[in-house]
Amino acid sequence: MMKKVLSYSWLALVALFMYIPVLILAFYSFTDSTTIGAVRGFSLHNYVTLFTLEELRNMIAGTLMLAVGAALIASLLGTLGAVGAFYSRPLTRKMVETANHVPVVNADVVTAFSICILLIVVFGIEKDTFIPLVIGHVVMCTPFVYLAVIPRLKQMDNGLYEAALDLGATPFQALYKIVLPQIVPGIVSGFLLSITLSLDDYFISTYTKPATFDTISTYVVNATRGAQTEIKTALWALSTVIFLVVILAVAVMNLAAAGPLKKKEVSAYESREKD
Amino acid sequence: MKILRFSRKQLCIPYALFLICFVVLPLAVIVYYAFTDGSGKFTWANLLSFFTNGNTIGTLCYSLLVAVVVTAVCLVIAYPVAYVLARSGLRKGPVLLMMFIMPMWINFTLRLTALKEILTIIEGNLSHHPFLNTVIAMTYDYLPFMILPLYTTLLQLDESLLEAAGDLGAGPSAVFFRITLPLSMPGIVSGITMTFLPAMTNYVILDMIYNSTYIMGSLIGSYFNIYDWNNGSMISLILFAVICIISFITDRGDQNDAENRGAAL
Repeated sequence: MMKKVLSYSWLALVALFMYIPVLILAFYSFTDSTTIGAVRGFSLHNYVTLFTLEELRNMIAGTLMLAVGAALIASLLGTLGAVGAFYSRPLTRKMVETANHVPVVNADVVTAFSICILLIVVFGIEKDTFIPLVIGHVVMCTPFVYLAVIPRLKQMDNGLYEAALDLGATPFQALYKIVLPQIVPGIVSGFLLSITLSLDDYFISTYTKPATFDTISTYVVNATRGAQTEIKTALWALSTVIFLVVILAVAVMNLAAAGPLKKKEVSAYESREKD
Repeated sequence: MKILRFSRKQLCIPYALFLICFVVLPLAVIVYYAFTDGSGKFTWANLLSFFTNGNTIGTLCYSLLVAVVVTAVCLVIAYPVAYVLARSGLRKGPVLLMMFIMPMWINFTLRLTALKEILTIIEGNLSHHPFLNTVIAMTYDYLPFMILPLYTTLLQLDESLLEAAGDLGAGPSAVFFRITLPLSMPGIVSGITMTFLPAMTNYVILDMIYNSTYIMGSLIGSYFNIYDWNNGSMISLILFAVICIISFITDRGDQNDAENRGAAL
């Protein structure tokens, strides 16, 4: 009994540490106070600013567009790469896997700096073209799509593809109609992961973005240096909105994946471990 | 004609080219810049100046210290959390886990803004305890990345081994230290790699908390700001070497990385 109480209070304590800052900020975002601690009246002022100030609106829209765009490119590239590498000779596959692993383990600063040097200093591509920024985000995301798709390929029954070929399908048809449907869950989780990575990124964006463009991360970091109160409190509202969106997304995902699917995930994991 | 025939292997070509252009080539460029001076002549000067300059060496030592402490604190906090979530037979385990993982999907700069506001109320001036605040901020940021791999490993622990140990006369603490802990090593190693390196390099956290920069990553940032590509490349190369050494020591399966970022959820 004692043990149970102890372990639950530890969970509660850690959860408080993780959530209290965000929750307090959420509380104050609904007031008209400009510093934490001074409670004044209820107000939606910060939310109005967040959705009407053009600077903020452009920044949010830009971040989202970049995330979706980079995630789409990364999903396509990573899926093709995973399917291709999976059926290649072991040496080729090993080489792709090693190169794929570099951006995963490498520090973001190092990845960002090296891409910046190559594209901007050596090739002389202007940051204003957005090309370095998009390439940077794709480099960051694609390896995770690759890593999410490979396990699905391992689980797949290879005989199905052969059977399709024997029954007269072209290799392309067999891939499109047999292989693709089975790896879709991997592609989807790779896509979602790419979006969260891109949204959370600071370093790649700072080193490759055009001077006039800001993602949420770079904007927030600049705003904490500045002292504009209106922006500061509007960012509290932004933090709250993102928090709510994440809760909603997690709830939806949980409901969609409730019950039998969880078991499937575990068995999939086990079969992967055996390989 | 044979070349034109479609084969599954060819699908790899775009990604392989992409990797060569934007992963391998940048590394090669970094190596080139690290060992040349401004006019493109070969030199050891960048390497030597890193190891002879007290400032850079001090930064390296300080960031190693920060990374070790942050990783240790994360591990000590996260292990019990993961253990309770995975092993105490909670029916709501997965849902509770979600609660501890969710913060990793909220933009880290916004979460740090929140943390900064709270710490400012408690401490007043944040620059009075730079080391403490660094550790708090980084722990706050990286805790989910430590909890998730530990949870996944502990969940797969074979219950019968623990029962067998108990039946053979081992006390609860012996079971933990001689069975559970060694078997959760893969999770511990993943967790450590997920936090150690970012803790050495993520200088924005320090920047945001008290406008001061003292770790390895900030060196790259400062060289970047003055367009010193050569010295910046040398720091990048040294960091990359550290990463290679860590990966070599831990040498773990690659597949877990996507999951540790939350892909499996």
